[in-house]
Amino acid sequence: MENLNSYLIVSAILFSIGTIGVLTRKNAIVMFMCIELMLNAVNLTFVAFSRYLGNLDGQVFVFFVMTVAAAEAAVGLALMIAFYNNRESIDVDDVNLMKW
Amino acid sequence: MLGAYLPILLLVIVAIAFGLVSLTFSSLIGPKKKSALKLSPYESGCEPVGTARDRFSIKFYLIAMLFILFDIEAVFLYPWAILYKKLGVFGLVEMGLFIVILFVGYIYVWKKGALEWE
Amino acid sequence: METLFFAIITLVAVVSAILVITCKNPINSALSLILTFFCLATYYVMLDAPFMAAVQVMVYAGAIMVLIVFVIMLLNVRVDAHKKQTHKVALGCIIGLFTLINTAFLIFKSRAAMPMGPYNGSIIKQIGHTELIGKEMFTTFLLPFEITSILLLVAIIGAVILAKKKI
Repeated sequence: MENLNSYLIVSAILFSIGTIGVLTRKNAIVMFMCIELMLNAVNLTFVAFSRYLGNLDGQVFVFFVMTVAAAEAAVGLALMIAFYNNRESIDVDDVNLMKW
Repeated sequence: MLGAYLPILLLVIVAIAFGLVSLTFSSLIGPKKKSALKLSPYESGCEPVGTARDRFSIKFYLIAMLFILFDIEAVFLYPWAILYKKLGVFGLVEMGLFIVILFVGYIYVWKKGALEWE
Repeated sequence: METLFFAIITLVAVVSAILVITCKNPINSALSLILTFFCLATYYVMLDAPFMAAVQVMVYAGAIMVLIVFVIMLLNVRVDAHKKQTHKVALGCIIGLFTLINTAFLIFKSRAAMPMGPYNGSIIKQIGHTELIGKEMFTTFLLPFEITSILLLVAIIGAVILAKKKI
């Protein structure tokens, strides 16, 4: 088994990449994928700590994170479709009206 | 320690190698006489109709979305199935409650006609 | 040997994660993200969590990414048009790097607690990972597990209302 720190560093790198993606891209779907990447980085931290501390609670949490991610994918992408039907675009810069 | 996963690693390596070898060798050995007809996309021998980057219908999306949510339900069933004998009636009741709540969602989807191929 | 394997997987994971945020075409981003997910599944296997690896592949690579690719195809998102956005890229990169430095600082400064739970590698192998996870989930985490079903129900209803043309 590798050192705990190496897993944490990998997770930190992936999380930072996801952060950069969310902040720099404008396509809503790509931003969504970056958020999934960040969630996965956190999941890796959970599993690494769970294995290192000999406690399985972290892995059950990963289960719930995955469930939330699936629900988020279904509703979030449905929102994007609804937005696209109204504005013909999924560029987040076009999300600038409260109502129209 | 990871010896048990060696077959999976081998499978991955073979899959990547197969793709790489077929692509490189077909581009190395194969003759390259290009013509407009040869470069057109293959549509079962018919004349190509329209572009390949066409929009899907939203019906596919609804089916995929329902698949993802019920897929999660199936994932929860695996550890339950393994523990079924140890949990006994208690496990049956808790999983029954879980499935009944999701079944309400299924009835809703059905009654709203989201499963219809209209 | 295992360290070398870890290094290779890390390299693939980081490169594919960078490809996710740099590719112009959303489909390429999605495919790179699937590669990252497979690398994470490999990490889970190395951490003695084979069931988590299987779930990772089934739920993330198998279901969520399929949905994302479907939506990309459905909306027919073209390659990102080049708008002027350099200052935002710089700002985002600075914030991301700051996050990384901050986390790395915390990781190297802190000292993890000693193992406190009973589950080490040999116990996990002896009893079986899926069974241990199930025992935790269906006894200790019973209420969150039941609430999960309500979350899924809400997601089903919300997505049908949002995505269906005429309800």
